[in-house]
Amino acid sequence: MRFLEDIPIGERVQLGSHTFTTDAIKSFARRFDPQPFHLDEAAAKRSLFGALCASGWHTAATAMRLRVQYQQRETAQMRARGEPVAALGPSPGFRDLKWLKPVYVGDTISYTIEYTEKRVSSSRPGWGLISFRNVGTNQNGEAVLSFMSVVFLECRKETAKGAS
Amino acid sequence: MPRFYWEDFTIGRVFEHGPRRLPRDEMVAFAAEFDPQPMHLDEAAARESMLHGLSASGWYVCSIAMRMIVDGFVHDSTSRGAPGVDEVKWLLPVRPDDEVRLRATVMETRVSKGRPDMGFVRFAFELLNGTDQRVMTMAASLMLGRRDLPGADVPVGMRRGSE
Repeated sequence: MRFLEDIPIGERVQLGSHTFTTDAIKSFARRFDPQPFHLDEAAAKRSLFGALCASGWHTAATAMRLRVQYQQRETAQMRARGEPVAALGPSPGFRDLKWLKPVYVGDTISYTIEYTEKRVSSSRPGWGLISFRNVGTNQNGEAVLSFMSVVFLECRKETAKGAS
Repeated sequence: MPRFYWEDFTIGRVFEHGPRRLPRDEMVAFAAEFDPQPMHLDEAAARESMLHGLSASGWYVCSIAMRMIVDGFVHDSTSRGAPGVDEVKWLLPVRPDDEVRLRATVMETRVSKGRPDMGFVRFAFELLNGTDQRVMTMAASLMLGRRDLPGADVPVGMRRGSE
């Protein structure tokens, strides 16, 4: 992972895509969101959604997985070049999460992030906060998911020193 | 028939559910599947992290909150899902085997303009740990069918007019 200073605001990253299968949709729903339209084809057909669809938490958690995998790839490439790597901290939360369209069985969702804002943390020396918009788009080009995240990210040593 | 319709969610009404224990195995398995960062997976790496010990993925905490919302009242309601979440704050780390309780307070309700057979209910959700500290807050709306109005969540044979 790059340091806070090295990520340009406005940069857009393709994280990858994921296809939602019946088994995965039902497995997630059984554990965390057991509503009929996520579990049962016949009930889903009668629901507002019209067919079995993934829990919104399943589609959002998948955005997290693809982002972590992207960061792991970037970290491995930086290590291979002998560059220092920034640590990622926790996230204080997210906002404006919209489930814009249902994600149905067989849908392939492509995920992107776009960095929107960053600042050096006043309470945590050596750390900053970086914000980004997450978007998931289905195979028809329709946005299905959107939310704004923020996460702690390590600063370069010289910035941390200058701020202290 | 379901117990809770849109009309039953009056402003200020509070629903509580739990406690629910969050077993280490489930917490770590979720992280391995959806949020494979060392602070959620590995004790030694987690000790070095900002949270000073193994902590749950925030997405696991959200998913558990959803499960508790379903078990608490949505399972016996005219739920039609949710359009999104206004805001989630992860306030404190959630640790393996913590017990959490859910509190849902009705903040605002309105009938859908586009679909008058349903309405929106905006909740303030809080997840509290064993020492009554808030570990997460969530502001979100649910969509619910209205009483005595035929809707997509009611089996066709039971709809008014088809009886």
